[in-house]
Amino acid sequence: MPVFWLVMIVLAIAIGGYILGRGRALAGAGGDSRHLHSLPNYYGSNVAIKAVAPAFLLMIVWLIAQPIFVSSQVAGDLPDGIVADGSSMSLVMAEVRRTAEGINAAVASGAMSPEMASSGRADISDFTTRLQDAGQIVTATITQPILNAAQSYRAMNATGNLLMTGLVLLLALGGTVWGLRESYPEFRARNVVEASVRALLIAAASIAILTTIGIVLSLIFNTIEFFRIYPASDFFGSMTWSPSFQGNSQLGIWPLLWGTLYISIIALLVAVPIGLFAAIYLSEYASKNVRAFAKPAIEVLAGIPTIVYGLFALLTVGPLLMGVFGNDGLGWMQSGTAVMTAGLVMGIMLIPFVSSLSDDIINAVPQAMRDGSYGLGATKSETIRQVVLPAALPGIVGAILLAASRAIGETMIVVLGAGAAARLSLNPFDAMTTVTAKIVSQLTGDSDFASPEALVAFALGMTLFIITLGLNVFALYIVRKYREQYE
Amino acid sequence: MYDAPNPATEVGQQDIKITAKDVQVYYADTHAIKNVNVDIVDRAVTAFIGPSGCGKSTFLRCINRMNDTIDICRVEGDIRIDGDDIYDKRVDPVQLRAKVGMVFQKPNPFPKSIYDNVAYGPRIHGLAKNKADLDIIVERALRRAAIWDEVKDRLTAPGTGLSGGQQQRLCIARAIATEPEVLLMDEPCSALDPIATAQVEELIDELRRDYTVVIVTHSMQQAARVSQKTAFFHLGDLVEYGDTEQIFTNPKDERTERYVTGRIG
Ligand SMILES: Nc1ncnc2c1ncn2[C@@H]1O[C@H](COP(=O)(O)OP(=O)(O)O)[C@@H](O)[C@H]1O
Ligand SMILES: [Mg+2]
Repeated sequence: MPVFWLVMIVLAIAIGGYILGRGRALAGAGGDSRHLHSLPNYYGSNVAIKAVAPAFLLMIVWLIAQPIFVSSQVAGDLPDGIVADGSSMSLVMAEVRRTAEGINAAVASGAMSPEMASSGRADISDFTTRLQDAGQIVTATITQPILNAAQSYRAMNATGNLLMTGLVLLLALGGTVWGLRESYPEFRARNVVEASVRALLIAAASIAILTTIGIVLSLIFNTIEFFRIYPASDFFGSMTWSPSFQGNSQLGIWPLLWGTLYISIIALLVAVPIGLFAAIYLSEYASKNVRAFAKPAIEVLAGIPTIVYGLFALLTVGPLLMGVFGNDGLGWMQSGTAVMTAGLVMGIMLIPFVSSLSDDIINAVPQAMRDGSYGLGATKSETIRQVVLPAALPGIVGAILLAASRAIGETMIVVLGAGAAARLSLNPFDAMTTVTAKIVSQLTGDSDFASPEALVAFALGMTLFIITLGLNVFALYIVRKYREQYE
Repeated sequence: MYDAPNPATEVGQQDIKITAKDVQVYYADTHAIKNVNVDIVDRAVTAFIGPSGCGKSTFLRCINRMNDTIDICRVEGDIRIDGDDIYDKRVDPVQLRAKVGMVFQKPNPFPKSIYDNVAYGPRIHGLAKNKADLDIIVERALRRAAIWDEVKDRLTAPGTGLSGGQQQRLCIARAIATEPEVLLMDEPCSALDPIATAQVEELIDELRRDYTVVIVTHSMQQAARVSQKTAFFHLGDLVEYGDTEQIFTNPKDERTERYVTGRIG
């Protein structure tokens, strides 16, 4: 039975249990819900939870465990020597699975009878043609061991699914009966339901946290793996980045880190003054109507996908800069893709981050501060410069740091706007590249996943992660410290 | 509408610092101050009392044109300090506010050091020629505000770290430092505990030797303790204005009597 229908049936049982449990509790109280410990709905929910929770839990565990178990069984039954040179067990198992799925599809479409599908003495060539006719198979011919393995794979999965369906339904019904037996007036149904809701919320939070931990751990392990085959002293000490897929690569991080920092600095030089001045205008000078229009309009910038900014860099800003600084102009710039191009465009992307956060922070400065300053005979600009901005400064610094960590993590604008050359140069009109852009190019090539050229991506990612994490923590620390001031 | 004899005649021979004639204030369509006439005496404390929402703060803010910072607020009539119309086109409200200091209901020290709080006004108005000068101004203001002894060892500490009463005296010092002639105080003690209140009241009594002080309060005891003149506002009208003693012991208007005896609140 497909999992979808199994889920539906369990849910139907739960709904039935809800109605029955509610009714039973009410009947036990003589139809007067005031004699119940909890509201009638809680008794119904209690039954539904007991029907659903154990059944689904079993189903999830089973769905995860069954493929692992079946695969290891089938793999153990395969004859020795099936794994050819240059191949691996996982490739053979993939073929087994593919064959089994092919048979399934062929049976489903009627191209093969179920008897033939599971027959141990089936003719291999006939089998292959039928599968090919059904548009299913990729390999030229199936070998006998593979076919046998695929057949036992199918058989075991079929038994497993049947067993699971039976057990899940049994559990659902058992849970319903358990819940119904508890539907008497004194039972504290509300407490059970609330505990379950809490468990659900905790589970959601744990999934989020566990995923994060998982991602970080995988970063760490792959980074360690990388440093095992490539010396850390070269990674952090070498000034050249020249990966070559014949091995012998030079994988020094500095050219990439320099590119990242250089582009980020230019971006911040664009974004911070513009964003900050925009924020000051919006919060201190703009009339209500202007503000109501301009604030969302600036925030739209934050919603533009960065790939669009990348296109803008490549097609508009790059050629524009070439016109002025290129060979026809000042002659400083060799091609449209350069640190300057990416930095300018990234700066535009960051404006709303700086302006929107700073605007909120400036608005949070109490009006009493401004009144105090006006009351002493300060002008508006004196008040802003000497009272409002200093009071908001820690928050603004926090906003800038958050923008910086965005800049450091940005990829698409760099890929399209800054070029791909890893080099250490001071000329902002040179093409350079960043850590993120190189992570993309190292992992999208054809290289073996176990080679240093691919694994270096994790070390790069780890470095970035540590830098942006540090920036974020620092920013949050500053913002929080600032918040305490007025409360 | 108030049409008793002109209060100025009741004030007699004392020097008049501020005169207000036919002052009207509107917030958009709300008529917050209705035809107020008052003469405020130099070197004395004048208290504005009245139930909340009657326009005391609004009228106080007319005197240093703080109402200019509120977009929807419109002031009509004639207010003069030393005979000069402060709403004249040639008067810069920013300069006026240096001459008419203000202390607010909630202590609002800037998130700067104690020293910088007090030095703020003198700095923007260029009152000090050098650092030594500024030090003297700051010390004098802090002494006048009776807070010098408490803060002299921690002038670089943030002003926001002081207690509420100290913060309010710091704000008074900050206002005094620009050498104003008039000091406006809008319920300066309403956020303070009784001990801090007593200290600030004592200070106000001190200050009247050098300044014209106008204080808004909703505590009648406070008005009785610190002021020489009292004006009673009700629903935007100036109902009665006279010597504090007379207002509290022998009010002429029935509304004043009901208020000071605690029957309108
Ligand atoms: N900024 C403002 N905008 C609109 N109306 C205001 C504003 N300030 C005060 N008012 C109105 O003006 C009237 C007088 O207020 P206020 O002067 O603050 O009274 P008081 O200080 O005597 O309690 C009130 O009705 C109040 O609602
Ligand atoms: Mg008030």
